[in-house]
Amino acid sequence: MSMLKISVKLAFLWAVAFLFIEVNAQQLGKGISEEDLAPWDISVDPNGSRLPSGSGTAAKGAEVWADNCSACHGEKAEDGPAGALVGGVGSLTSDAPVKTVGSFWPYATTLFDYVRRAMPYHAPGSLSDDDHYAVVAYLLERNGIIDEDDVMSAKTLPKVKMPNHDGFIQYWPSKGD
Amino acid sequence: MTSSRLLPPSPEDHAASGGLINRRWLLRSSLAVGSLGLSTNLTRAGQLEVPEWSSKPGLGMSAYGQPSPFEDGVVRSRFDLFPEGIGDGSGVSFTPLEKLAGTITPNGLFFERHHSGIPEIDPDAHKFVIHGMVERSLLFDVESLLKYQMVSRTCFIECAGNSFFNSLGEPQQRTAGEIHGLIGNAEWTGIPLRVLLEEAGIDPRAKWLVAEGADAAKMSRSIPVEKALEGDAMIALYQNGERLRPEQGYPMRLVVPGWQGSMNVKWLRRIKVSDTPFHTKDETSKYTLLQKDGKSRQFTYQMGVKSVITFPSPGMTPAGPGLYNISGLAWSGGGRIKRVEVSADGGRSWSDAVIDAQPLPQAVTRFQQPWQWDGGPLTLMSRATDETGAVQPTREAWYEPYAADQLFHQNSIQSWSVLQDGEVRNVYA
Repeated sequence: MSMLKISVKLAFLWAVAFLFIEVNAQQLGKGISEEDLAPWDISVDPNGSRLPSGSGTAAKGAEVWADNCSACHGEKAEDGPAGALVGGVGSLTSDAPVKTVGSFWPYATTLFDYVRRAMPYHAPGSLSDDDHYAVVAYLLERNGIIDEDDVMSAKTLPKVKMPNHDGFIQYWPSKGD
Repeated sequence: MTSSRLLPPSPEDHAASGGLINRRWLLRSSLAVGSLGLSTNLTRAGQLEVPEWSSKPGLGMSAYGQPSPFEDGVVRSRFDLFPEGIGDGSGVSFTPLEKLAGTITPNGLFFERHHSGIPEIDPDAHKFVIHGMVERSLLFDVESLLKYQMVSRTCFIECAGNSFFNSLGEPQQRTAGEIHGLIGNAEWTGIPLRVLLEEAGIDPRAKWLVAEGADAAKMSRSIPVEKALEGDAMIALYQNGERLRPEQGYPMRLVVPGWQGSMNVKWLRRIKVSDTPFHTKDETSKYTLLQKDGKSRQFTYQMGVKSVITFPSPGMTPAGPGLYNISGLAWSGGGRIKRVEVSADGGRSWSDAVIDAQPLPQAVTRFQQPWQWDGGPLTLMSRATDETGAVQPTREAWYEPYAADQLFHQNSIQSWSVLQDGEVRNVYA
């Protein structure tokens, strides 16, 4: 085999290898700034990350509730076709456990996260952040977790300790399954 | 034709009581399992006629093929979780397991679970972002994701609430699919999640991802980074060779093989990298397992080892005494199915069923068991074991740690009572 043939062959092999690496190394994501993705950055962890400014109390929350939430969750959040969100404390070890925000949810931040992302069911995102805080305050107050005058905000909400905070056993990673 | 007939099973061919026949008999009979059910009576069939469809040209080609109109009863069974007008679009539809064969679920029959309906997403307008604990936040459109080198993986997705009807106090008389059909098995094609996380430059201190959908519920779940970096999590764009159906997450969804269905976030729009789980609504108030002692198991990701007999089953009844092929499905989030046993006497004796030669990990496996039914009433059960040694529990054992209304991860043994007239009923045995 002549040197030319060998070098042509090597060049061909190199080109094939190069193409393969190229395909594997697609880098097609475009950079995006934190500011530009802020409207989507709505996940709130138990530390309260990404909680927005604004605030609300239970009194204001009662109004928001009546207008936006009561049809599905009941006038006082105790019943309604979508289930109770108040009551049930002490029922978890009974024959008929009632899992509500008060009896079951481990973090108050989850309540804000969920109300903001998904409620009201037919028009999520239609309420202001003040209204989100107010309706969260209303549910916490109705469950006897905060007082009527307590103001819920990015500062206060992560500090609220839920009654069932210690009621969970984390199966990942220690217990597998 | 007598040469191809099954030899009648002799007493030593019985693997377990209730008419379960040993696999050795099949080999001796030189017949594949699929030939079972042949009548043993040589009655005269009469002279064959040439049917109409063989006497004229048929229909022309079509743009997208549909099932035969004679198969219009093979449909998903819908179950809304709330009364009409409240939470419309939030519910499930069940795969009709008992009407399907093999192991792959057809795309149009793959179960559904939506938390706020099916968004009608224009793929040209859909965006996906990765951000949080990464060197650079990245934005992808669907067109660019389709250019990546893809992998294919066959695995099941099972709703954590599958089989919840068997958590109720009284056995519900529903079909196998209407009880256990919140599972589907498909070949998923897409991009390993690891590839995109590495492109973004994931922080080595990162421990968790939160994945979020673009639906109105913006369904979100926390996922350990290990499932992406060392595991098999992928962003799927195709299901069984075609682009995802809207109800399965079009244009893109997460697939986390073997883990509870709701983590396979559909209509995926965002992944945020973090050092902490987010404790979203669907990993605290829902999809947690309340125990008798009032404590709840959280982050119970892996779906347990499970099986169900699809024939016979309610509505799929044997017609009188004779030779039948018991058939069913088995799967485990823990890996490959290693063994499936069948009982025809309510769990007193068991026979090893024939399973697929090479079961795939975290995928549905078909099992079959020859059965000579004498026409008497009996109770059928199946019990699966996976490659980790995990064995499907009895309903009683499964329930032992849990509170009365606990319904997630229900993987207990299904008992079907076969009555004298062939009717099959769901029983707690």
